[in-house]
Order: sequence, then C-alpha cells, then structure tokens
Amino acid sequence: MLKIDNLHVKLEEEDKQILKGLSLEIPAGQVHAIMGPNGSGKSTLSYVLSGRDGYEVTEGSATLDGESLLDMEPEERASAGLFLAFQYPVEIPGVGNMTFLRTAVNAQRKARGEAELSSGDFLKLVRAKAAELQISPEMLKRPVNVGFSGGEKKRNEILQMAMLEPRMCIMDETDSGLDVDAMRLVSDGVNALRSPDRSFLVITHYQRLLNHIQPDVVHIMANGRIVKSGGPELALQVEQEGYGDLLAEVG
Amino acid sequence: MADTAVQAKDHTPTVEGAPKPAGALDARLAALTLPQGGFAAAARRDALTRLQDMGLPGPRDEYWRYTDPRPFNAPQAAAIAVPDGQETPLFDTLDKLTLVFVDGRFDEAASDDLALDGVEILTLAKADGAEWAAELYGKLEAAGQHPVRRPFATLNTAAAPDGLLIRVTGKPSKPIHVVHRRASDGADAMWHHLIRVEPGAELTLLETGMSGARSNSVIEVDLAEGAAFHHVASKRAIEAKVGIGHIFARVAARAQFKSFTLAVNGTMMRNEAVIDIAGDDAVAHIAAAVLGDGGKAPFHQDDTVFITHGAERCESRQVFKKVLKNGAEGVFQGKILVKPGAQKTDGYQISQALLLDERSQFLAKPELEIYADDVKCSHGSTTGAIDDEALFYLRSRGVPRERAIVFLVLSFLADALAEVEDEAIRDCIYERLDVWLTLNAVQ
Repeated sequence: MLKIDNLHVKLEEEDKQILKGLSLEIPAGQVHAIMGPNGSGKSTLSYVLSGRDGYEVTEGSATLDGESLLDMEPEERASAGLFLAFQYPVEIPGVGNMTFLRTAVNAQRKARGEAELSSGDFLKLVRAKAAELQISPEMLKRPVNVGFSGGEKKRNEILQMAMLEPRMCIMDETDSGLDVDAMRLVSDGVNALRSPDRSFLVITHYQRLLNHIQPDVVHIMANGRIVKSGGPELALQVEQEGYGDLLAEVG
Repeated sequence: MADTAVQAKDHTPTVEGAPKPAGALDARLAALTLPQGGFAAAARRDALTRLQDMGLPGPRDEYWRYTDPRPFNAPQAAAIAVPDGQETPLFDTLDKLTLVFVDGRFDEAASDDLALDGVEILTLAKADGAEWAAELYGKLEAAGQHPVRRPFATLNTAAAPDGLLIRVTGKPSKPIHVVHRRASDGADAMWHHLIRVEPGAELTLLETGMSGARSNSVIEVDLAEGAAFHHVASKRAIEAKVGIGHIFARVAARAQFKSFTLAVNGTMMRNEAVIDIAGDDAVAHIAAAVLGDGGKAPFHQDDTVFITHGAERCESRQVFKKVLKNGAEGVFQGKILVKPGAQKTDGYQISQALLLDERSQFLAKPELEIYADDVKCSHGSTTGAIDDEALFYLRSRGVPRERAIVFLVLSFLADALAEVEDEAIRDCIYERLDVWLTLNAVQ
C-alpha cells in the first residue's frame, strides 16, 4: 500500500536535513507504529507524505499503491486515499463542521469520478458515525473545532476519517492531550475502521496507545531514519528502557 | 500678511489639472438640475448655502487623505456600460415589500404598492405636506457636519431629486426591500431617504442592486425612544463605479440602530456613517464585509465611521472586514467620541483586512476620544494573509485549494456577518457571498 524508499527531506527555509534516507513499507491491512525521540523527524514524515508546504524532497520516493505521492497536491493525495489525523487540529471559526465535512466528502468523490452524496444521505451517514464516536449533533453544528476540548478535536479527526474512508491513515500523536476515556473512544473508532484493505501508520510517543490500537509492526525512528523494526514487544521495550540503550545498540 | 499668504497657498490644490475647490463647486452645481419647490425647498436652500461655505474637498483635506475626492467632485459621471440583465434577486425567499429605484429614481410601476401596516411611505419627488419629513429633511445631515465637514452629503441634501420618506409607527409584518437598478450608461444617481421610527416601532430595511455609474446617497434615520432599525445592504457595484454614501442616525433612549453592508467592486467608493447616540441605554452597531478585486478595474473602498456617545449606558460596535486582492485598496477611518457625562459607555471597534496578495493594501485610522471617566472602549485593527496551516488542513481533507480559500474568507468575514441578527436574512447574505466568492472574487 504505502511504500517509502530512501526518502531525504530538508526544510525549505533553512538548509536543514530532517529525513535522511527513510525507508518503510506498509502492506494493505496492517497497522504500523512509529516511535522515536523528539526531533527524530516523525511529524515531518507525516507532513511530507500529506503534502504540507515548506519541505523539499531531495532524494527518494513515496508511493501509494504505486502512484507517486510527492508530485500531488494535498487534495489529490486525499482523494487518492491518504488521510492525516493532525496532532493539533486547526480551528476554523465561521465554517460549520457539517459544511466542511460534506464539502470534503463530495470533493473527494468528485475527484474520483464517483457520484456526490445528497444532503439526506450525507446527513444520515454523518449522524450514525458521529453517534459511534459520541459526537453530539450540537458539536456537528459548531464551527470546525471551535470551542472543542482536546478530546473532542481528536474525536472529530476520527469522524472525518470515518466519513472520508481513506485507505492509508496516518495518525500524528493522536494520543497527545487525551485522557483515558477519550483515548479508548478514539481507539475504538480507529479499530472499527481496521480492514484488510486499509492501513495505518500510528505515530506516538507512548506505548499505551498501542495497547488500544495493536500494531503489526513497530518502527523506531531516530535522526531521520528507521533504525529498528520489530513486533509490538519493541514498544514495550521502549516504554521500559527508554531510547538510550536501543539507539546505542543500533549505533 | 506673510502667514495669510502661506495659509492661502496651503489650500490650493497641488494636483496637476485639479480645479480650485470654489471653481469645482460651481462647475459641479452647474451640471445639476436642482429640484424646486416642495416641502424640502427651505432645507435645500439652506444646504446650498452651507455647501457654498464649505466648498468641495481638495487633495490636502485631512479627512480625504486616503481616498481621492476628484471622482465625486467631477461635474459629470464617467459613463459605464449597463451590464446585460440585472443582478439575480436576493432575499427571494423572504416575504417583503419591494420598492424599485432606477438610476436613483423611484419606479412606481416596478414596485409594490406603498402599503404596509404600521408604515407610512412617501417619495421625495412627490411628497408635499408631510410635516415630519419637512422637520427631518437635512437636519441630521447638517448636525453631522461637526467636527468634520461632509460636503457631498450637503450636496445631496441640496440636489437629490428622489428618495423614500418612511415613517414607522408600528411593527410591520415584513421588511422593506429597496432594489436599485441601472438603466443608462452615464447615470449619476442621487437619492435621499428619510426614515423616522416612532417610539417602540420597528423597521427592517433591505437594500440590494446596482445604482448608476456614479452614486451619491444619503439616509437620515431618526430613532425615537425604544425604536429599532435594522438595515442590511448587499451592494454589488459594476467594477468601474464610483460612489459615495452617507448614513446619519440619531438614536434616542433605549433605541437600537443596526446596519450591515456586504459590498463588492467599485473603483472609488466611500461610505460614511455618522451616528449620534443621544439617549440612555441605546445601542448602535455598524458592520461591513467587503470584497475587493483590483483585477478588472482598480478597487478602492473606504468606510468612514463617526460614533458619538452622548448618553449613559450605551453600547456601540463597529465591525469592518475587508478581503483584498490584485492591488485592491481598503480604507477604514473609525472614531468613537465619548462626550462628558456619557458614563458606562461600552464602545467597540474592530477593522481587519485579509490580503490575498502582496500588492493589495489596507489603511486604517482608528480613533478614540473620551471625555468620561467610567467607560469601556476598545479598538483593534489587523492586516493579515491566509493562514497556511488552516489552508493545509482543509486541503488535506480533499477540499480543493480554491474552495479552501473560500472557506477561509468566509471564516474571516464571519464576525461581520454575525451582526445580521435575523437568521433568514443572514442565510441569504451567506448564499450571495458564497456565489460571489466562488464566481469571481477569489482565485
């Protein structure tokens, strides 16, 4: 599904290399987690894959089902099936959550040559999915993320994911700022979306999220590269021992 | 003597080819047909005298520092071809009394009957003997000449041939909708509305449409105790249009004045609002959302507001938002004057511009002048660009860039649109704004 090969990325504004030959392959249906110390380039990876301005790819490639992501606009990547759940979802006052969501859903459908959802069908769908995430109809009516608590913002991200039905979901520290209950709700939402033709890349600092969303593979990222990969036990090892020994071991 | 000579020199326009102000006024007046007779005759004569005393603004006039008065000084309007077809009607879903003006003249045949319970409607061109109108005509305009002179309003009082005279005694079941249409290329439209809302009465006035190659409008609004006036205008100018409009309001105790304008296009546009809050516990809100695109023709739009608090426990709000691109220019001059004794005043003013490119500019001159010691007044002004993070967030969900910018523009304007209280009217404004943004105002 997602294939990243020898990816080198630097910041456009300063001559600073962030990703230094990152390679990663996530087959369809799998959940991969990336852990790593601050500054290892985890968020940069999520932004580069989703097409945020300010980064320059100097070498390497990233493809989704064989299609190069790096040549596409952010909205084209979204229509191709990529989704990034933001660490800090953006507040947009004056734009209704529902209006935004419906525009996004239908823009993607249109871009893929599918029929747009009618207001009635959309409403039915969004209400059902919102209920599963315990998002109230009142929250749906509010402007995008405005006045939402940290947990509500993250649940709103998962609602968008559920509505847009991407095939490749990247979750950037979705657990940050969540209490135990909110983490369970968000994780349940994600687990409900797991399917043989949908993959996840979960970026996190903490192992506890991985108790809820169980990964097939855990990668350790340091200094712009994947330095070690393994099963879920790798996350436990990090939790117990920290990164020090692990990084020393891989040099 | 030397001082006098220097001063005289200072008042001489330095712009090449500009006529002297006195000569300019003579030429301006010579090109007009001044209305004769009728109930407003005395007020018009008075206005003419006042106008001759003040003259037209010259290029050194401080109050005209950011906007060029010459298009308004010019004796003739520059012709602009009337576009094919009129604007798609707005407020179609609302029950309303529609009154049509063509090039600034009331068109009886195209309008609904002037009958609405709780309202008395006459027209300036025809009215005779409306005592309240004779008392009001030109009065608020004349009172609004201090401390700053507004000669184009005085010119309007002297020369406007038509307008509506609306006296509200009750709570009419529906709003009055004034629709402006254009008929001739060189139309130099001038109209003057009088609105008197009696104690406890209410009126909603809607205004839409295009009105002449050049326009000069005055609305005098006199609100008695506990009266309410809601004004919502959607003004789409033809790109090269020049226009100046004044609204003068006197707000008595417990009365409410609320005005919102959505404006797009115009090469040289100036809207002045002069609001005198004269009675205790009164409210005055004025807001505008402006879209300026300098692509097809230069765009310049100036909102100049002067709110005077002369009573206790009154609230005023000014909310002005401008979206500018392709070298468009936006101006805001807003003042809150709190007179001695106007205690517990709550005055708020915000002016903001969203610049969609680096060639556009916004000039803001916010002013507070406070002579009471127990008041709350704040003002702010910002100029910014599209928020890259918000733009990326929307695009990352599959919303195309153009549509994402429309969302962010709507988001920017939301505070101004929130000033439209009636939900059905606000929905209509949103719809129209969305159409304008999608069609041509944003790339």
